Amino acid sequence: MLAAITEHLAAGLPLTRAEALWLLTEADLLQVGRLADAIRRRLHPDRLVTFVVDRNVNYTNICESKCSFCAFYRDEGSSDAFVLAEAVIYEKIAELVAQGGTQLLMQGGLHPQLGIDWFERLFREIKLRFPAVQNHSLSPAEITQIARVSHLGIRETLQRLKEAGLDSVPGGGAEILVDRVRQEISPKKIGWEGWAAVMREAALLGMPTTATMMFGSRETAADIVEHIFRVRELQADEGSFTAFIPWTYQPGNTELGGKTATGVEYLKVLALSRIILDNVPNIQASWVTQGAKMAQVALFFGANDLGGTMLEENVVAAAGCRFRMSMAEMVALIHGGGFRAAQRTTLYDIIREY
Amino acid sequence: MTIEQITEKVHNNVRLTDQEALFLFAEPDLLAIGELAALANERKNGKRVFFNVNRHINHTNICVNRCKFCAFSRTDDQEGAYCYDLEEIRHRAEEALAQGATEIHIVGGLHPELPYEFYLEMLRTVRDVSSDLHIKAFTAVEIDYLAKLSGQGVPGVLQDLKAAGLGSLPGGGAEILRKEVRDRLCPEKISGERWLEVMAAVHRAGLKSNATMLYGHIESLADRIDHMARLRELQDQTGGFQVFIPLAFQSENNPLGHLKNPASGGVDDLKTLAVSRLYLDNFQNIKAYWVMLGEKIAQTALCFGVNDLDGTVVEEKIGHEAGASSPQTMTRDDIVRMIRAAGRVPVERDTLYNELRTC
Repeated sequence: MLAAITEHLAAGLPLTRAEALWLLTEADLLQVGRLADAIRRRLHPDRLVTFVVDRNVNYTNICESKCSFCAFYRDEGSSDAFVLAEAVIYEKIAELVAQGGTQLLMQGGLHPQLGIDWFERLFREIKLRFPAVQNHSLSPAEITQIARVSHLGIRETLQRLKEAGLDSVPGGGAEILVDRVRQEISPKKIGWEGWAAVMREAALLGMPTTATMMFGSRETAADIVEHIFRVRELQADEGSFTAFIPWTYQPGNTELGGKTATGVEYLKVLALSRIILDNVPNIQASWVTQGAKMAQVALFFGANDLGGTMLEENVVAAAGCRFRMSMAEMVALIHGGGFRAAQRTTLYDIIREY
Repeated sequence: MTIEQITEKVHNNVRLTDQEALFLFAEPDLLAIGELAALANERKNGKRVFFNVNRHINHTNICVNRCKFCAFSRTDDQEGAYCYDLEEIRHRAEEALAQGATEIHIVGGLHPELPYEFYLEMLRTVRDVSSDLHIKAFTAVEIDYLAKLSGQGVPGVLQDLKAAGLGSLPGGGAEILRKEVRDRLCPEKISGERWLEVMAAVHRAGLKSNATMLYGHIESLADRIDHMARLRELQDQTGGFQVFIPLAFQSENNPLGHLKNPASGGVDDLKTLAVSRLYLDNFQNIKAYWVMLGEKIAQTALCFGVNDLDGTVVEEKIGHEAGASSPQTMTRDDIVRMIRAAGRVPVERDTLYNELRTC
């Protein structure tokens, strides 16, 4: 099987789902790594590994979705439920800018009342005050929620958010893009087609997007393969994904519980993503869930980007996973792996090489 | 020198030179080194990966040495200083036995006041809990200290300890054997030559031991190779080392923390393990000690020439006081799951690397 797969890839042919499943379940880690590394070298021959200086601002933890894998959400009446005041949000962005940051990632729960007016006003003000910051915010589930609360269609919602200052759409909430799995871990969240529909509309409006995958909860290996292929197919159909970001479910403080995926499983999935998604330019390693050591190793298993320095991160931290990284550490990590390091923008333009 | 030439030597089972080991460290293609190391390992051990069910007992953190890399040691009047009595030792051994442990691992500080007899009593105490518990205790540094304390030579001490229940020795205190590094890192500790001398005596006494290397601080790659070269040489003479265990330097809570080599990350961990597998051709086992590496790198290392994951540990103080972020313990099930997920076959072993059961 490995010989056939290697031959297919060398001839530039896409893998079949069966071949991908074999790589994930039967092949040795280094075999999958080899194939992924070859594709990474072809797409990024300059040995340049990038990162963005960003901040996640979680504007609310009030969420109707109540996914069983999440330790961050609260009910509206809960004592530690919050919606950030606008002034607090601006202060956080000002701190980001002061530290050389370029990307704002606002993400929150599916709030039952926050409608498009709230976001439009906020985004306009952010653009006015911080014109150089890329507003890379709201996952497809939130955009769908805003549309529902405001009685609008997805396209109109996205259009209005874009006009107000939303620059690009991160691909959170993808979890596993197979509805059987979603039924089990996030039954109230949009289905995989709902997620895909938002990303299609965003691409049509010329907005860059990303795609994520949270694995290690209740999915099978075949579900992981299906997810990656669905991203590939969406991208082939005029998608605008700049990057794919697989990360592992963190079980701390969650209703779902259980264990996180092991390191080898993570590297295999990462490598498989690189192999299948040769139409998505960048693969991000998740130091937030894997730690700095593994993120460095991931550079040999298909990753060419380390995501953000994340001045602030609350969602994964709520599940008991707290890795921190400064820009200097990020650069040292990349250099230590034998690569060139550069800070980039959200859209992968190089700001500065280190 | 090329990677192809080294590959050919590995395929033909020819011993690597120091220069070749250095070349491998400098090779940017991590996967190529991993593939070679995996090949060398599979030839020796197949797909089998060892673990054991053990418990660490650090009987005291009071230590007359003040090694700069250590966040565990205290002076006897310092806050947090402790010393277990025999009852506390017994209690921990009983607990370990109840949890299915086959090994008690005892190392501690060089306590200024404990009498020689205490160490013998400590071993007897554990031995009396159950003869099924193998006692792996005391680094070469402690053995040297006991020799001074008892006023007799190392062979006499080893005889006493053996009679009291000592089964084998761990490999700690080796750090980096070269003098120039030790002078800066741990000037009060025994020299590298003495460490090797004690280990030679241990092996001559019919006891097996492990060997470690603390890396990722102020040492150069050449220092690491020099360290491994001396181990390989002694192993040629005695055959008494069971396993080589590179220990990743932990940088928190110690005066040398700022000297952590920033270039030493996960890639260096895997390279160090892989190169040691390739260079130390007379070592049957290479261990990824998950306490220092973290479970994810330790598991990944199983694809980079490693065939041993240490054990369940239960209560680890030395690495954790220096900022290791790994948990205190792993269950048997955790370890088995980790090994399987790496596509390997978990085998529970005893301390002397006898197979107990395939899981």
